[in-house]
Amino acid sequence: MARKLLLEHINVPDIHTFDVYRQKGGYRAVEKALKTLTPDEVVEEVKKSGLRGRGGAGFPTGMKWSFLAKPEGVARYLVCNADESEPGTFKDRYLMTHIPHALIEGMIVSSFALGAHTSYIYVRGEMMPQIRILERAIAEAKNAGFLGKNILGTGYDLELYVQPGGGAYICGEETALLESLEGKRGNPRIKPPFPAIAGLYGCPTVVNNVESIAATVPIINDGGDEYAKIGIGRSTGTKLISASGNLVRPGVYEIELGLPVEEFIYSDEWCGGIANGKRLKATVAGGSSVPVLPANLSLKLANGDPRLMSYESLSEGGFATGTMMGSGGFIAFDEDQCIVRNTWNFSRFYHHESCGQCSPCREGTGWMEKVLHRLEFGHGKMSDIDLLVDVSKKIEGNTICPLGDAAAWPVASAIRHFRDEFEWHVNEPVKSLDTNYGLANYAEPIAKAVSTEN
Amino acid sequence: MLKVEEQQPVQFSAALIEKSEEIVKRYPEGKQKSALLPILHEVQAELGWLSPNAMDKIAAFLSIEPIEVYEVASFYSMYFLKPQGKYVLEVCRTGPCCLVGAEKLMDHLQKSLGVKENEVTPDGLFSWRGVECLAACGYGPVLQIGPEYTFYENLNEQKVDDLIQDLRKK
Repeated sequence: MARKLLLEHINVPDIHTFDVYRQKGGYRAVEKALKTLTPDEVVEEVKKSGLRGRGGAGFPTGMKWSFLAKPEGVARYLVCNADESEPGTFKDRYLMTHIPHALIEGMIVSSFALGAHTSYIYVRGEMMPQIRILERAIAEAKNAGFLGKNILGTGYDLELYVQPGGGAYICGEETALLESLEGKRGNPRIKPPFPAIAGLYGCPTVVNNVESIAATVPIINDGGDEYAKIGIGRSTGTKLISASGNLVRPGVYEIELGLPVEEFIYSDEWCGGIANGKRLKATVAGGSSVPVLPANLSLKLANGDPRLMSYESLSEGGFATGTMMGSGGFIAFDEDQCIVRNTWNFSRFYHHESCGQCSPCREGTGWMEKVLHRLEFGHGKMSDIDLLVDVSKKIEGNTICPLGDAAAWPVASAIRHFRDEFEWHVNEPVKSLDTNYGLANYAEPIAKAVSTEN
Repeated sequence: MLKVEEQQPVQFSAALIEKSEEIVKRYPEGKQKSALLPILHEVQAELGWLSPNAMDKIAAFLSIEPIEVYEVASFYSMYFLKPQGKYVLEVCRTGPCCLVGAEKLMDHLQKSLGVKENEVTPDGLFSWRGVECLAACGYGPVLQIGPEYTFYENLNEQKVDDLIQDLRKK
């Protein structure tokens, strides 16, 4: 069985309560950090752990923390990004619902490390039940002396608040989140300055994902070096994977990074294979914004080696043959799914969620949605396919936040790997309305790449 | 989008004002505007939607300009700028849920309720709409009902019909 650091006690009855969480060893990391370590030593452990941001970008958490400016007499803030909205991702909801104290404990340890005395957990507004769960957990922790003034008699003060969002994917972008937390529209800010210099209310701020913050608990308990022993290469530790789509057992799984993709999909310990005895057609490995891969490239690298669930292996081959770890939102498509329809659906999502600040994103996402709509509904032209590639390229890299890239990549990758299927939609406008292109050759073994050196 | 002709007077309950005052205390002095999103949720929970009068009242409470409230309320998808059914059934319509039948479920909902997306049933009880990813992709299709945002997972046509029956009886 794989090691579990975050979900070890997930099946313990009433683990959402302070008492049970405490009985299972909860809040030891707070005691250890506040009583025996300095803030810098906590940062050092997180650096040693190699933990990379679990929200999608994969930036080393310890390094992000070390960038925090510390001017005298200016408040610093830690803000937890719980605006989980990336299609395919639902791990943070799971963690907050079942083990809310893991997040609260991580918030206390992380706030201490950063010297923050007021911290916020920004939860997407739709998660009202989770907001209530967190508020209850905060009240319990405060009652037990782990929050408020002079925590555990150490002289450290911390107030923790939960902030609801209003329903906007863009607020998962950290500067849009800060705008939203200030009571404004979620328009991302131009960077620099980065939040580490000027974030919430213009003060130095760190924004971290729920899972990253919860991961600081085992890192402090066992030490950064122990955490770094798990995983593979620069992908250290465990990662929560949200598995959805046509799987026998979709759900949230904690894996040790480095697990082969094939094992994750087909093993009974994990997803148990493709539902209803169907065959795998494609996967989106890290949430809707990462490139979609056909079945063959999902399971194997271009050179035939197994593809692993790690930051490096998933991105092996660049965008030509690889994808990204992203937020760990793993979506599996069976042979009956239509890639054109799904690409249109994702494009509609990004069009809906574009904040409208940058023209390439505001106009481009809507344009791609319209073109994909006509391809899917039998009015497409052959030139539309290259038009989509062209529009996607003009969005990519030309916006102030990554939503533009996130909208461009799924479209560009779908055409890169499934161009046959798009062409079929143009050639068979009537047939494609009620039948699907099917599996085609998307699960066939990949022809060995020819070495260019010869 | 704002319907300025809907001018019914707005009264906030004592509980709502008390809750709003408590929310403002979460932020540093002078940063009370941060309370805007949470207070908009509270007001919508009490009144069912955010009328211009309600938003003006919030602006006065937070000592900010009314436009600062309008621009926020119109940006975020959860705030209703016109009256809705008592129960708004919000079905996730994004990719992963569509892989497991969300589109069929929305067709069914439209037939069962007899109203199109964003319309209110004649009895004022229901409206429905497709919303973007609700972060529950492994349990789709899913729908939520405000203001508590009660969540329903692994839905099928039968479960949705049962849910509508239960809500009618309430």
